[in-house]
Amino acid sequence: MSSETKQILTTDGIPLEVSLKKAEKKNKIRAFLLVAPLLLFLVITYIFPIGEMFTRSVDDRMVTNMLPKTFKAMEKWENLNELPPEEVYRGFYEDYKLLAENQQHGKLGQRLNKEKNGFNTITKKLFRQIKRKKIDESASLKEQINKIHKRWRNVEYWQAIKRTAPPYTAAKYLKGMDMYLAADGSIAQVDEDRRIHRILWLRTLEIAFFVTLFCFFMGYPIAHLLATLPMKYSNLLMICVLLPFWTSLLVRTASWMILLQQQGIVNDFFVMIGLVADDNRPEMMYNKVGTYVAMTQILLPFMVLPLYSVMKTISPSLMRAGKSLGGTPFVAFWKVYFPLTIPGIGAGCLLVFILAIGYYITPALVGGASGTLISNQIAFHMKTTLDWSFASAMGLMLLTGVLVIYWIYNKLVGVDNIKLG
Amino acid sequence: MSKNPEFVKFDKVDKSYDGKVLVVKDLQLDIAEGEFITMLGPSGSGKTTCLMMLAGFETPTHGEILLDGNIISNIPPHKRGIGMVFQNYALFPHMTVYENLAFPLRVRKVEKDEIDKKVDKALSMVSLSGFETRMPAQLSGGQQQRVAVARALVFDPAVVLMDEPLGALDKNLRESMQYEIKHIHESIGVTVVYVTHDQSEALTMSNRIAVFNDGKVQQLSNPAELYEKPVNSFVAEFIGENNTFNGEVIDIAKDKCKVKLANSEILANPISVKSKGEKTTVSLRPERALINPTDKMDNMFTGKIEEVIYHGDHTRVRLNLLGSSEFILKVPNSTSNLELKVSQDINIGWNSVDARALDPK
Repeated sequence: MSSETKQILTTDGIPLEVSLKKAEKKNKIRAFLLVAPLLLFLVITYIFPIGEMFTRSVDDRMVTNMLPKTFKAMEKWENLNELPPEEVYRGFYEDYKLLAENQQHGKLGQRLNKEKNGFNTITKKLFRQIKRKKIDESASLKEQINKIHKRWRNVEYWQAIKRTAPPYTAAKYLKGMDMYLAADGSIAQVDEDRRIHRILWLRTLEIAFFVTLFCFFMGYPIAHLLATLPMKYSNLLMICVLLPFWTSLLVRTASWMILLQQQGIVNDFFVMIGLVADDNRPEMMYNKVGTYVAMTQILLPFMVLPLYSVMKTISPSLMRAGKSLGGTPFVAFWKVYFPLTIPGIGAGCLLVFILAIGYYITPALVGGASGTLISNQIAFHMKTTLDWSFASAMGLMLLTGVLVIYWIYNKLVGVDNIKLG
Repeated sequence: MSKNPEFVKFDKVDKSYDGKVLVVKDLQLDIAEGEFITMLGPSGSGKTTCLMMLAGFETPTHGEILLDGNIISNIPPHKRGIGMVFQNYALFPHMTVYENLAFPLRVRKVEKDEIDKKVDKALSMVSLSGFETRMPAQLSGGQQQRVAVARALVFDPAVVLMDEPLGALDKNLRESMQYEIKHIHESIGVTVVYVTHDQSEALTMSNRIAVFNDGKVQQLSNPAELYEKPVNSFVAEFIGENNTFNGEVIDIAKDKCKVKLANSEILANPISVKSKGEKTTVSLRPERALINPTDKMDNMFTGKIEEVIYHGDHTRVRLNLLGSSEFILKVPNSTSNLELKVSQDINIGWNSVDARALDPK
């Protein structure tokens, strides 16, 4: 009874809720259709490639598919510090023979060579023996193969084959952190003199952090000026801030190279005003100084614009109120103005940091040896070594890093507080 | 304790923003201690500039401002100890009501217990006790307004400035806030300088009103005098309603003058006219003209009703009188009401003392 009285009906007897839903359905469909192209675009160009990248980075099915019998036999290989039993040799021989018939054996050799140096040679030798039909399939294959090359008698090579057995592997991720899966399945550190990736990660973070810091300290006053100056001047200043956007990144970087090099304009100026001696010009390029200067200039608008849009909304009477209530200009700024700009600071810093962490042209050109960042490494593996799965793994690690930073930021400031415009 | 009649003093203050136009011209204004003074004027008349100079956000181009006998032109705003209520309240949006009120006390390094006490007192004064933890955005316009008033008073300033504080409120709320602010002023006796362009607000609240126009104080007097005895035609027009006749003085005595209009003559009270032949604008309040007067009045004319507008408590009648069809009469709606019909002829009369001959418009 009570539920009946609660339900409100429209004049034609349909419950109000149903009627409302019906009326809103059309609007919802229309709204969805409007965003559908973008959604589709995002799925195709963003979500799908990231998924593809992820599979590529962990996919290790090639060897698994090439050597099915070997891996089946290896399940019975118990003492991993001794050479495997005859069944494993037989399985490997049969798998390899099949590959040789299909002209696939070269690929396997290369892949195994990545796992353990020297594989290419011994698989090629095995191939020649098979081609000349010198192997007697009725006799012990273990003995015959071991005779082909001494490395076949080395258990490490068989361990290497076993390591490639799982169809999926985290090896690329470990490699990205200068670690690897040891023979016994534990995670080991790369020798100290070969740890390049960790240095790159730390350097990338360091550069991104300092560039963000510099952008903040330079951008905050500019944004404040932009928000408070009369329209006539603020428009001009805004153009100055946005000017870098209108010039190609490469041109800007090149101009920094002209400015900062040892015989460059800035150094000439320092010599002219007597700040430095002519034969003692400081290096401002091909080191971190150059990277910081060029990246700060390029990323500055990304800091200024969100700050500006937030500051624009802060009524000047708030600062006045702060002062009239007895706060010194600094107190009024620090207690009233600054807290209100935090959403802009958050947005600007996040934007600059995320962009800086993925930068590579500028630091590569003006940063010299110290300008190699993780993105350069990714590009290197994409274009030069063609190790796409490794490049994908590092790309995903970078993405994860950004997401972690975003998460920390959300915990500290709250994403709702971001204001991009 | 005797009240200082020159507690705030503007001494020959000029202000120009661009070096070409003076927005405040030679301002001379004394404000007594504990007084509620209103600066009233149209926008651009310089009233807000005066307030900002007093608060310290603008510096006078020439002249001095004195607070309790001390020149304050070189004292920064935060050291003046003047409370201010801003047009849009200027509550700090990231602070609770309590923190907003505590701000002026905290920067003065007042002890925590003392702050709690003062905030409590200030909030109960504006009847907002129990709202301490609310954020300004969670309050209605009227409540924000009260918080702003409480914040300007919580540190016991000598002077409180209010810059059109009720401008954003609706009519009913505005009226009740007017009384509330007036009562707060009466109970704590602080000096208030209030800026508004709303004349009824000024008349309701103030001890004295300074009418600003064109950078100058046109008249400074109490509300009744301002309304009854405007000294020039700007004030007459700006405060309340007013019927005007433009003409030329043809005869003048001590307290009476004869003014020649286009095709008739009226008697008026010479305020700013001195001699024969001067042009003048005669101002007459609508309620001072009576229909079919029983007493003898020295101005008696016949007019034709053009329009009758019903206003609830009174009826406005527009007449064609003495060649002008803009003559307004206010007739109270009482039981003994006359029947007023359009195009009817009626007799109108007024005393020459109420018809003030002012400067020509």
